Amino acid sequence: MAEGAGQRDVAVVSVAVRQEEALTDENEVQLLVDLVNRARNAVGLSQAEIGFTCSGSSDFLAGQAFSFVQTLDAVGAFPPISESHVEMDGAFALYEAWVKLQIGDVDTALVYGYGKPSAGSVRDVLALQLDPYYLAPLWPDAHALAALQARLLLDSGTVTPEALAEVAVRSLHNAVGNPNAVRASAEATPEELLAAEPVADPLRASDLAQVADGGCAVVLAAGERARALCERPAWIRGIDHRIDGHALGTRDLTRAPSAAMAAQEVGASSDRLDIAEIHGPTTSQEWILQRELGIAGGTDVNPSGGALAADTLMASGLIRIAEAAARVGAGTADRALAHATSGPCLQQNLVCVLEGD
Amino acid sequence: MAESELLRADLVVEYPFTRSTGPVVGAFLTGLREGILLGIQRRDGTVLVPPTEYDPVTSEPLTEMVEVGQAGVVETWTWVDPPRPQSPWEVPHALAMIRLDGADTAMLHGVLVDSPTEMTTGMRVRAVWADQRVGHIADLDGFRPEAS
Repeated sequence: MAEGAGQRDVAVVSVAVRQEEALTDENEVQLLVDLVNRARNAVGLSQAEIGFTCSGSSDFLAGQAFSFVQTLDAVGAFPPISESHVEMDGAFALYEAWVKLQIGDVDTALVYGYGKPSAGSVRDVLALQLDPYYLAPLWPDAHALAALQARLLLDSGTVTPEALAEVAVRSLHNAVGNPNAVRASAEATPEELLAAEPVADPLRASDLAQVADGGCAVVLAAGERARALCERPAWIRGIDHRIDGHALGTRDLTRAPSAAMAAQEVGASSDRLDIAEIHGPTTSQEWILQRELGIAGGTDVNPSGGALAADTLMASGLIRIAEAAARVGAGTADRALAHATSGPCLQQNLVCVLEGD
Repeated sequence: MAESELLRADLVVEYPFTRSTGPVVGAFLTGLREGILLGIQRRDGTVLVPPTEYDPVTSEPLTEMVEVGQAGVVETWTWVDPPRPQSPWEVPHALAMIRLDGADTAMLHGVLVDSPTEMTTGMRVRAVWADQRVGHIADLDGFRPEAS
């Protein structure tokens, strides 16, 4: 929805994030009991005081149908609650909750997203989201599709391997100090990263997101309720998501028009952005997004390290919103952009602008 | 917990539904069985390969199937080594977006060469057909560089 178009003020009032390389001794319910409790307790809300609950997760990761029903055990679904689920990143569940809050019959919402990709080979599992006749039977994995996109970008002359290595180095440096980052380094240099052989030619391991297990829980509240629950709510000034065509050959893969359109709809460039948390599962995709979202030089990009430091399928986008909201809440940023992506080669994009009072 | 104490069980995720491929995808797949490559013409005369039932920009229904060439140009490529476990290929190979002669969009398929040093953007490749064809995207073994 366009910025300020008769919206009800809705804010992120608390967040909880956890990511690790592999959660081998915990199931999804155990992971979420902690995250949901942390997010609710931070603002002193019980589940009975939450008006709407919405989650994002994937049956393909859990290996069973309706797997999200199990994780409702972590929320406490009795007495019955008003609840919904999307088979998408939790950022899109947050969008549904935001719409629900716009309707005005509830004032609070709990949103969470989670995934345990360590149980399988997520790069191959992602081939199953593709066209089932032309693409999926060939099993192009997520690294190969990103590599096809990256080579087009490099061949177009708009970016160099050195520029992509600098994106990786920025992530490694920023991730130092983020307890949820799986990959971080204060000393990494572009030269060192470029010395490695490509693993998905032309992409190197340092160009590809670090897969991580984990999740994120967020509490949203509207208007005065948000002000009563926390000192500095991170107001959602605009949130929008758009999608490009599915057939890879019909898209210019060096662009992401849906990301640019969503950024335009929320007025991302209308004022200075202190930080931008961008969900780019490869350095090339992060680079494309930075261009499409119109991120200018003065903006601190991915202060958390972003998805390159820890990428949890079904939670990475929501974590970008949580990281941005936490910085607005702490007062270290006044205006922040958060972005989530889904689908092959940046097909679908969500953009959210958050502001402090 | 000791390794021997872990309980293990195989889990097979099944998708037990039958799907119809429809008039456009079905025609393309039937073409593969016959050893020909089909695209579909948009209103502006451009040709989509592989064909879609609806225009990806205007959403208009598309109906004009046209045969395109069996050779084309590599628009972008990557090298897959090791081959992915479920893919039709058992040896390292390239995956490429290939724009066939007479087509305006590129299709994804394998390029059967021994090393990434044999791949370049812009190279010409020609379809290699499987001996047994059933109406499936893997009726194409892949593509090979055209003899120069």
